[in-house]
Amino acid sequence: MGVVQGDQMVLNIGPQHPSTHGVLRLEVTTDGEIVSKITPHLGYLHRCFEKHAENVTYEQVIPFTDRCDYLASMNSNFGYVVAMEELMDIEISERVQYIRVIMAELNRVASHLLALGVYGLDIGAFTPFLYMLRDRERILDMFEYTCGARLLYNYMWIGGVSHDLPKDFVKICVNFLDYFEPQIEEYNNLLTFNKIFIERTADVGVIPAEVAISYGVSGPNLRGSGVKWDVRKDEPYSIYDRFDFDIPTGTGEFGTLGDCFDRYWVRMLEVTQSVRIIRQALKDLPEGDVFETMPKKIRPPAGSVYRRTESPRGDLGYYIVSDGTPSPTRVKMRSPAFTALSCLDEVSSGWMISDVLAILGSLDIVLGEIDR
Amino acid sequence: MTVDYLIELFSKLFDSPFVSFILAVSIAGIPLFVLMALNATVAVYVERKVSAFMMDRIGPMGQGPGLHAGPWGVLQTIADAVKLLIKEDTIPSSADKLLFKVAPFIIFIGAFLGIAVLPFSSVIQVVDINIGVFYIIAVGSVGVHGIVMAGWASNNKWSLYGAMRSAAQIISYEIPAGLSIIVPIMMTSTMNLQSMIEFQSGSIWGILPNWIIFNNPFSFLAFFIFFISAVAETNRTPFDIPEAESELVAGWMTEYSGFRWAVFFLSEYANMFVVSGLAAAGFLGGWLSPIPGLFNSPIWGLFWFFSKIIFLIFVMMWFRWTFPRLRVDQLMHVCWKVFIPIAMLNIFGVGIWKLIIG
Repeated sequence: MGVVQGDQMVLNIGPQHPSTHGVLRLEVTTDGEIVSKITPHLGYLHRCFEKHAENVTYEQVIPFTDRCDYLASMNSNFGYVVAMEELMDIEISERVQYIRVIMAELNRVASHLLALGVYGLDIGAFTPFLYMLRDRERILDMFEYTCGARLLYNYMWIGGVSHDLPKDFVKICVNFLDYFEPQIEEYNNLLTFNKIFIERTADVGVIPAEVAISYGVSGPNLRGSGVKWDVRKDEPYSIYDRFDFDIPTGTGEFGTLGDCFDRYWVRMLEVTQSVRIIRQALKDLPEGDVFETMPKKIRPPAGSVYRRTESPRGDLGYYIVSDGTPSPTRVKMRSPAFTALSCLDEVSSGWMISDVLAILGSLDIVLGEIDR
Repeated sequence: MTVDYLIELFSKLFDSPFVSFILAVSIAGIPLFVLMALNATVAVYVERKVSAFMMDRIGPMGQGPGLHAGPWGVLQTIADAVKLLIKEDTIPSSADKLLFKVAPFIIFIGAFLGIAVLPFSSVIQVVDINIGVFYIIAVGSVGVHGIVMAGWASNNKWSLYGAMRSAAQIISYEIPAGLSIIVPIMMTSTMNLQSMIEFQSGSIWGILPNWIIFNNPFSFLAFFIFFISAVAETNRTPFDIPEAESELVAGWMTEYSGFRWAVFFLSEYANMFVVSGLAAAGFLGGWLSPIPGLFNSPIWGLFWFFSKIIFLIFVMMWFRWTFPRLRVDQLMHVCWKVFIPIAMLNIFGVGIWKLIIG
């Protein structure tokens, strides 16, 4: 009573808000339109992934990984099964390796399309979002054709995959890629090089390389800051060392290195690179049996493994501890979106409310993976 | 067919001037009201379809033999209107109830008044006043009071942000809009919309219609400044920051529901209609046909005027489904540092042009 309150206002963005990309609450301290402090409040989507994993068998963990990064379930599966195969020290058949890469890269394209489209939506452009979802739909159709699921696939199993590719999958996939590549040009004309879009994203929310590294930011967010780090190239897993692809990094084309536009643009370029990988993999796809190398009994020796893979959101790591029983002692998932979100406060203080949402969108977080 | 004509007509039939006035005003006013409701209904349907085609969708469609929303979904808007009318009208418990209830109607009045002076044809106009342009600009800014009231009375932070942004935006963009509409006023030396349109009859070099937009380079520029400012005044994308969905949920109408929300919607489309009408009358020859000398009967005039308005509204929709949204400071930058200086230079340029060329 009678105490001067000051002129700052606390604004709760979320948990019910159109552009928090899930159920996130941002406690934002604002001075008019200018934001001075952001505190993300997490946990609305917490589903006890790690605790669940301790109480089920190794293969039963895979459906839980689907539900972490639900926009790139294939990549979530991929990380877990690669870690498990390393722990159990099993060799898997060539065909499975190729199928996994094809699926993971297709899912990367799907995930990036959603990220790019939703980013347009955050900036206020509705139409590109639907164009990208239209094309993402065709990828989901292919997944449905292969394994019956459209979002949560449970497709990659330890030592193999749940279903072999349908006979005409290669043809369908090549058709899709032929259709899809010119579409990228359309997205660029519609959204990327729009003057207003560039005004809104260039120079906004700059993450300098050293800040990105010190926060542990990874994936397209890190590459947007100009750091050339991609697990697929730098610590190759599966058969990524056989493919010829580039790692796009931010160049600060329209503004400063590491701004929102760079992160957006890196994703757009990565889509092209993923298409390149898929084309090579489809060309070399060997014949074989996908169930052949699947172990009958999954009981890894006592020990632990840490394996990181490149998910569309970045450096997705699994730390699995085994004590020789059929269920894991500990499964820890290193979430790339979590680290990306942690730098939000440092990056977006001093910007406006609209920019905070633009920066949040450019980090491409998935709350399912952050809260686990 | 103006109100004055009707008053004269009725005063011959009735003794009391009051009765004839009321009769005349209602006969002229009810069609306007119907026109506005119709405009919103049709525009919402068209907006759904236009956006759908731009987004590679099909939009509302009738579903099978039952035709849930009629063939091609034409009844979709009617269904929406019925839904809005029977929805619960919630008022937040901490809201300022009186202001909360009044605000939609103030916005509505602001949008509605402007329509009264629009020259639909050489003979169809409700009120033909000699300061028509000034009147539209003046009543157009009544709406902002309603927006600020709605934002304040809702007692919601999003609404408050939306209202503050909207007030700043509408007041700022009135200046370039006003400065640009001065160009036709200077050239025609009148504020009366009918005489302004009559000035634009004839042709330039026998091909182009003698519309103000084609008259000289300054008026050409003035039209675009006016139109863009008009888009900003009606809070449409890329200037929809007051109701920016991804930032402010729904801006100043966050807490509104049911019929009160429908009134906001109605006003938005009415506003679009009025500013498009003013742009058509001031720059695009109003009810004049685009082919000089042909199809200029009053009925054709009605057709041309509506066609021009519908085209401009279509362009606004086109903007909305193509462009991203500006940030609030960029919006102000565009207004104060780009549009106002150019609009000022335009006035100067037109003055010189008129002095030298005539």
